[in-house]
Order: sequence, then structure tokens, then C-alpha cells
Amino acid sequence: MNIQSQFKSRFLHWIFLVPTVLVLVVFLYFPAWQSLILSLFRSNLFLGTRQFIGFENFKNLFTGPLAPAYGQVFVQTIVFSVLVIFPGLVISLILATLTNSLGKEGKIYRILLIWPYALSPAVAGTIFSFMFNPETGAVNTFLGLFTSWQPRWLDSPLLVFFLVVSGSIWKNLGYNIVFYLAFLQNIPAENYEAAALDGAGTFRQFLKITIPLVSPVSYFLVFTNMSYALFEAFALVDILTSGGPVGSPPVDHAGLTTFLIYKVFQDGFGGSSNMGFAAAQSVILMVLVALLTMFQFKFGETKVHYGGSSS
Amino acid sequence: MTRKKKTLIHMILIISAFFIAFPLIFALLKATQSPGQVMSATLWPGSMFFENIKNVWVNYNFYQYMFTSLKISFVIMVGKTFFSFFAAFALVFMNFKGKKVLFGMILVTLMMPTEMLIIGMFDLVSLQPPENAVHFLKWILNPKAFLLEPIRYGFGWTDKPLSIVIPFLASATAVFFFRQHFRNIPGSLMDASLIDGAGPFRFILHVLFPLSRNTIGALFVVQFIYAWNQYLWPRVIIRNESAQAVQVGLKALIGNSEGVEWGQVMAGTIMTMIPPLIILILLHDHFMRGIALTDNK
Repeated sequence: MNIQSQFKSRFLHWIFLVPTVLVLVVFLYFPAWQSLILSLFRSNLFLGTRQFIGFENFKNLFTGPLAPAYGQVFVQTIVFSVLVIFPGLVISLILATLTNSLGKEGKIYRILLIWPYALSPAVAGTIFSFMFNPETGAVNTFLGLFTSWQPRWLDSPLLVFFLVVSGSIWKNLGYNIVFYLAFLQNIPAENYEAAALDGAGTFRQFLKITIPLVSPVSYFLVFTNMSYALFEAFALVDILTSGGPVGSPPVDHAGLTTFLIYKVFQDGFGGSSNMGFAAAQSVILMVLVALLTMFQFKFGETKVHYGGSSS
Repeated sequence: MTRKKKTLIHMILIISAFFIAFPLIFALLKATQSPGQVMSATLWPGSMFFENIKNVWVNYNFYQYMFTSLKISFVIMVGKTFFSFFAAFALVFMNFKGKKVLFGMILVTLMMPTEMLIIGMFDLVSLQPPENAVHFLKWILNPKAFLLEPIRYGFGWTDKPLSIVIPFLASATAVFFFRQHFRNIPGSLMDASLIDGAGPFRFILHVLFPLSRNTIGALFVVQFIYAWNQYLWPRVIIRNESAQAVQVGLKALIGNSEGVEWGQVMAGTIMTMIPPLIILILLHDHFMRGIALTDNK
């Protein structure tokens, strides 16, 4: 659209913009700059010491005795993100498509499927930590009725990873379904009717119509889910595994569910309180997020199928 | 669609909805049981629900956690929506110098999730404020000191609710959400208002606000849930347990001792879930419409 005329005022726009801009500058720009500066220092939270060491913190992330742990955490985080994002989106899209195909009749399922949007990662972690507690948890008690298989869910490397992944997917289903449902409602039914006339079955319609049409939302969701996996899953990890058990080689340098943000927290506020080292990790995270965001802006508009939404 | 196919879809959805809800149903049932029952596999409701709730509420400080979180979530929900509404208004409907720069500054913050800034935020919020204006000016007017020590002084808000409210009163996402919505409002409405001689406030009150109900409703839901579910930041900045937010309070409830009272913990999780669920259900229609409006343009 174009707006021909606009309101003019000498100072009103400032009053409108100042609260937002001020909060963003003070609470985002300054801390970002501070993290950047702090990453060049050896700095301890409790001792309050500060000594300039240049790029030493970054060097320690990639070479030397601390590097293997960071490398492992980095790889774990990527594996975790991929495992959370793709299965999560596929399940959400299928459920949203099925709900949408029922039309008005499907309305009851909407609230039944999107309520986990209100669920917090901390609540998910708390419920899971009870259900899967090896001694007192309901899952093992239940398994005990049929088998003698009593896995120590939170101590065995593969199981604990699987638990954190499934907990995170579960918690985020509501969010993904909200966006898919909102989008699917606006796809004209003619698309499907035409395909049905051509003899395309349900599965083919899903593959050839639904998936291409929802690609803009899917694209958007990949990035929001990535941010969820990188940052928000923190609460689930903190409550359920506290970073998880240390595995056997080659994954014995850090806890198996210690992801990038958890490591920032551990190194900065945990036992060693090495703020400079944690700040260097935040800087790496910032670069990572900046790259992802630029990638999103750059390819978001061009590579995605917009056919259905231009109507 | 054939009848058979419809039944099949209903069945798949019912089963999925059940599986998605199962952990919650489980928590609800376990919250009603006595310590003995909780440890068994039984999913039969017990009779201890109110006792468990009362125990958590009184003995574990939960009334304080809940009260703190309700307060901060409400302020963030209203404040952020309000500020973003006006910021977006200025960006879309007003003409002024420096608009592009300001817009760019807001845009860049999309790349800065608070979680990854906690190291810098911690200093900013926890350090003591300068003793007097002279100290402050000496630091801020000295470019070298300011650049190399961007945060010499802070707000001194450790353990205060302010520390988990103020930093979240602005959001680029919310500004974009409104901006997107405003840009889809026909320009003729604006022109008509101008011809009628309406100023910005009358335009907002009589035209923009009524047209923005769904967007506001959607943002209320998003912001309330976001604020209510905050975890990492309160965990870092709030050291005094009685001032803690409810999500971190859940962790305190489990503690690290052996004899966790799981029935009470589940009662706590149920309580933690209720406020955001109420908001979601109350504003469900606005929420879905607001998102649909904004997302497909």
C-alpha cells in the first residue's frame, strides 16, 4: 500500500519512539558491547578481577585443554537443533493439515493441539524429570509391570539425549501448529478441489500442494525453532539434566546435554565464574545468530514459494 | 471427503491430542495423590489435591513466586504492547527525519536475543549506580573510558522485580508485528481522517485502535506467555529465593534432595501452567486471527 499523507509533528514521534528505542539501546546494545569488551579480559565474577588478555579467551575455545569440551558442545547443539526442528515441523504440519481438512468440525481440535504453546520449558522439564526418574518415576514403575527393563533414563547417554529432544519437540508443538493452522486457513479450497479432479490422492495433495504452499511459514518456523533450540530449551535442560551425564569417549569432555547457551551459563555463573571466557562464547553465539538472521533475510523472500498467499 | 476417511482423521487427531496432553493429565492426576500413591504406577485420582496445593502454596513460597510472576507478566504484556503500538505508529504514519536510522536500530535488535547477552546484562543490571552525577559524567564524557568500559555503573536492581521487567518493555518483534498490520490498513482511512481534521490521537482512538483489536489480542497472548515463561534471566539475576519468578521456583521445589515430594511438585507445575493457559483460552480467537492477519501478508 502507499500512504499519501502522513501526520507531521515536531516532537510527537519522539515521545512515541523513545521508550522502545531507549530500552533496546540500553538493554541490548550496551550488554552486547559489554560482552564484546569483556571477552578480551580475564574476569572473575566473585573476585571482581579484570585483566586484559586480548584474544586469549577465543584461543582457548579452539585450542588447548578447554577446546575439546567446547567443540563437543558445539556439535551437540547442532545435532540437537536439527533433531528438534525437522521432526517437530513435520509432526506439526501433519496435525495442522488434518485439523484444517475437517473445516468447522475441526475447530475443537484447535485448542486441544495448540495449548502447549502456553507450556513453559521449565514445566516440561519438571514433568519429565518425574516421569523418567529412574527410581521413583512412573515410566519405570509402569515398565516394571511388564518387563525387567529399567533404564536409567537420565544417566545413559543416548536415552538422555532422546529425552531432551522429545521434551523440546513436545513443548514446541503448540507454537508450530498455531502458525501452520493460521496459514492453512487462508489457502483457498479450490487448490485442493482442482487437484482432486485431476485424480490426486490425499498424500499427493499434501506433497504437491500443502508443502509448497506453506513453505513461507515453514521457512519462518525453521528460524524461530532454531532460536528456540539454541536458547529457550535452556530451562528444560537445567531442570531435567543440569547439562547431562558425561559420556564415554569421544563425548567425555562435557555433559551430553550441555548446549551452547548452557555452557555460557555454566562458565559464567557456575563454579569457575570465568566471565571473560563466557563472554567470548556469547560473542561466538552473537556471530552465529547474526549469520542466521542475515541468511534468513537474504533468502527468505526469494527462495520461497509465495503463490498461495498473494491472493 | 468420504465418511470413512473423516472418521480416520478424527481418530488420528484424538489420539494425537491425547498423547500431547498425556504428560499434563499425568501431572494433574499425580498432584491429587498421597506420597505413597505417587510412587506407585496408579493413575487413579487421589484425595490429596487441595492438601498438596496448600502445602506448595504456603510452605514452598509458591504464593510469592506466583504473585511476582503475575505482576511482572502483566506489566510486560501491557507495557510492551503499548510502547510497540506507538513506536510502530510513528514509523508508519508519521513523517520525520531520521526515521530510517531509527528503524534500522530497531531492526538490528532482532539479532540479539536476551539470552545470549546475559553476561553483559548481568553487569548492567547488578552493578551499583554512580554515587553522583560527577562520577557519571566523568565516565560517560570520556570516550576512552566509555568505549573500553561500557558498563562501569549499573542499575543496582539485583533481586528487584524491576530487573525482570524493564529490560523487556521493548521488542523489535512486537514493533514489526504492529508495523505489518498498520501497513495493511487502507490509506484512504488515513486521508479521510486528515480531511476531517483529526489529529493523531483521534485517529488512533477512533480508527486504528478498533482495527487493531486482533493484533493487540495476539500480542497480549504472546507477551504474557513470554514473560511468564522467563527462566534463564531470573535464574541469573535474582539471588534471593523469595523474590524469584515462578518458573525458577519450580526448580527450587524439586531441590536436590533425595526425598522429593513429587505429588506436591506436580501440584506446583499445575499451578504454574494455569495463568498462561487462561490467557490463551480467553484470547484464543483474537490470537489466531491476529497471527493469520499478520503472517500471510
